Amino acid sequence: MRMRHLLLIALAPWLLTPALANPYEMTLSNGLRIIVKEDRRAPTAAQMVWYRIGSMDEVDGASGVAHVLEHMMFKGTPSVGPGEFNKLVAAAGGRDNAFTSRDYTAYFQQVPNEKLPEMMRLEADRMRHLNVDPKEFAQEIKVVMEERRMRTDDNPQSKLFEQMNAVAFQAHPYRRPIIGWMSDLENMSAADAKAWYDTWYVPNNAYVVIVGDVNHKEVFALAEKYYGALEGRALPARKPQVEPAQDGARRVNVKAPAELPVLIMGYKAPALRDADKDSDPYALSMLAAVLDGHSAARFNKKLVREDKVALSIGIDYDATARGPGMIYLYGSPSEGRTVVDLEAALRSEIARVQNEGVSEQELKRAKAQLLAAEVYKLDSMFGQAMEIGQTESAGIPYQKTGRMLEKLQAVSAAEIQAVAKKYFNDDTLTIGILDPQPLDNKARRPTVAARH
Amino acid sequence: MKKLLTAIVALLVAQSALAGVKIEHWVSPTGARVYFVESRVLPMLDVQVDFAAGSMFDAPGKSGTASLARAALDLGAGERDETAIAEQLADIGANLGGGADTDRASVALRTLSAPDKREPALAILRSVLHSPRFDAAIFEREKARTIASLKEAMTRPDAMAGKAFWAALYPDHPYGRQATPESVATLTRDDLASFHARHYTAANATITLVGDLSRRDAEKIAEAIAGGLPKGVAASLPPPPVLPKGSTVALAHPASQAHIQIGMPAIERGNPDFFPLLVGNYTLGGGGFVSRLMKEVRDQRGYAYSVYSYFLPLKQSGPFQIGLQTKRAQAQDAIKVARNVLNGFLRDGPSAEELTAAKANLTGSFPLRLDSNKKILDNVAVIGFYGLPLDYLDQYQAKVQAVTADDIKAAFARRVRPDDLITVTVAAD
Repeated sequence: MRMRHLLLIALAPWLLTPALANPYEMTLSNGLRIIVKEDRRAPTAAQMVWYRIGSMDEVDGASGVAHVLEHMMFKGTPSVGPGEFNKLVAAAGGRDNAFTSRDYTAYFQQVPNEKLPEMMRLEADRMRHLNVDPKEFAQEIKVVMEERRMRTDDNPQSKLFEQMNAVAFQAHPYRRPIIGWMSDLENMSAADAKAWYDTWYVPNNAYVVIVGDVNHKEVFALAEKYYGALEGRALPARKPQVEPAQDGARRVNVKAPAELPVLIMGYKAPALRDADKDSDPYALSMLAAVLDGHSAARFNKKLVREDKVALSIGIDYDATARGPGMIYLYGSPSEGRTVVDLEAALRSEIARVQNEGVSEQELKRAKAQLLAAEVYKLDSMFGQAMEIGQTESAGIPYQKTGRMLEKLQAVSAAEIQAVAKKYFNDDTLTIGILDPQPLDNKARRPTVAARH
Repeated sequence: MKKLLTAIVALLVAQSALAGVKIEHWVSPTGARVYFVESRVLPMLDVQVDFAAGSMFDAPGKSGTASLARAALDLGAGERDETAIAEQLADIGANLGGGADTDRASVALRTLSAPDKREPALAILRSVLHSPRFDAAIFEREKARTIASLKEAMTRPDAMAGKAFWAALYPDHPYGRQATPESVATLTRDDLASFHARHYTAANATITLVGDLSRRDAEKIAEAIAGGLPKGVAASLPPPPVLPKGSTVALAHPASQAHIQIGMPAIERGNPDFFPLLVGNYTLGGGGFVSRLMKEVRDQRGYAYSVYSYFLPLKQSGPFQIGLQTKRAQAQDAIKVARNVLNGFLRDGPSAEELTAAKANLTGSFPLRLDSNKKILDNVAVIGFYGLPLDYLDQYQAKVQAVTADDIKAAFARRVRPDDLITVTVAAD
């Protein structure tokens, strides 16, 4: 997800002034932080519990365990039986789910506001009292393998992305897929999942974000009541596993049943570490907006509409991450054109930014879109909770989001040109190519270009 | 901007929760039906214009017309070329979206409500609706892109299953006809222009406005939109779909997982069976993690990550569908399990406990259906387009509560007959 999709609160700095202290925050004595944003538009509330633990904290041979544990979190505690969690949320008129990323694992419920206390009770219960039953595990691990088949093994683009990251990163755990390698899933045990839970699921490794038609003082009292009794515990040290500098381009080819070739060009890039002092991640975010922020932005206008070398084109840059950053350019060539043509066309667009920069008008347009998007984001309570949670997950305090917006709005055309020169560097490039294969697995189509 | 937004915060604090949604409805002088919900909390406005111009109105052999016509609307209109449209929208932070399904073609504008943003955004919306250019060169480019994406879809097991499913359910009805590379290849820009002239008319339009707007301004905006459309006549529908006989379609694919879809044509919008089917299906396969299908297929056997059932009511009889994906070697077992769950449900209906749980969730979650402008827009646009009662949302919870287990059994018996079910598999051993 890109930075400009992440800053819900960011563009509402007036919400953060002392006079209007919304969102409100407290920390329990066990280390659990509670962040409450009051939004009285409708009588609903969203609770999200974020654990600072994701696939990047796994070790080789146990890839996927963060996500498997996420599944097991619905399988019961001494007081709530297997599957009961979902039943109780449903009975409350709620919706719930969870998701695992490289950086974090998060659980959420959206409910009518009067049901929030029960949701807090349920989340507090499974924060420290989960049963990891081997019988439940034996069924659930099969479900996760089906999920992997669906999301990755039978999805050529996902497979390409997985392979590409495995090549782009060698030391950093971002090289492993979130869902885990199939062999690791096949060899995972309930004990592995239990050990993960026991190590990382403690209140001092989590924070709760609640947005909705609630009174923050009442929520704080409820938090004390339900979460307050849970014991905190020191966490193991996390090794930095720094990715060494990349000194030369890498390429990876993936064959899969498909019609269209896909090209991904990924350049190593910085992620935001200090919201006040850093500047390059902001410039890269605005660069992505100028190149790909609307249908007549540079990439689509030039490559899809004018030159017709691409059927589709895009950029992905996520400035907020615990681990190293990448800026990805991706697309599919038009009929009769090849990934070689597309790569050349992308490179000439990159050179254009490096040599000529971007216009003031393009930059102004990107900033106008960013500002309007901040108003639109206030339309979703869940989106606002996501924003706070994701910013925090990358180690950036949510109070900095206003500052981050100011920094984005202050990016100059010269800074954009400078980051384009600095980071679109062939020595840190990884190129991934999807080489489409016919469904019957016979001869490859001769029209597909030769690849390296 | 900042000052304006400070005012929003004051409103957020001051305004108490809305109890329901007040829909204002009128017919514009030119014949378009208008639906308006005033919501002053955020300084933004959504305007969605829906036309009976979905793929069901594609001429035989011309499948893909409706979809391409919709896609080409904002690629040049009136005085603006495609670049000017996109740049001018971006300059004011407005978004233009929408799309076409079987029934509807939608054009949706989201803009800030300040007049210096709203007025230029609405001018572009009107231009796109009233005078799309369908420029020949752009049409050829979009045609090529469409053909390429259709070819790609034909390599995807999920897309293959979906296409085969609709084709098998609706062999003699437009719902079963879908765009193919060949059908799109025959289209011309004139096909699009004449489709637009015929279907994008006031008589065929519903206009839904939600946001920071007065009734008076809403009337003006709606009439300016409707007034520039040809008057037209309301769309005439094809004869309703004829129920096909039960059958199985098995397609080969090298994927590791089989994609399975089971279903039949079941119900149209506005039919009173909808509520018993909605409540019953919650227990069968609609209720996310707590449905019978989820329990038997996923929790008990680990056969699938996703398994579901739903009814999709359309202008004419839309499908009932069960779907799942599973390792190809166990596809036949998974189908048996899903069919057994369905048969058990058809035979016995929900238990008293299941019925209570279904109602608790469907009524209890009602506030979550309406807690943003976007959700209100989606709901009201459906009410408008399908001509559902204006008090549909007000009545929703009471209608759910009134459903009995016998109602559910009877409605399912009318709509889902095991012998008539069509099963489509892709990549199943």
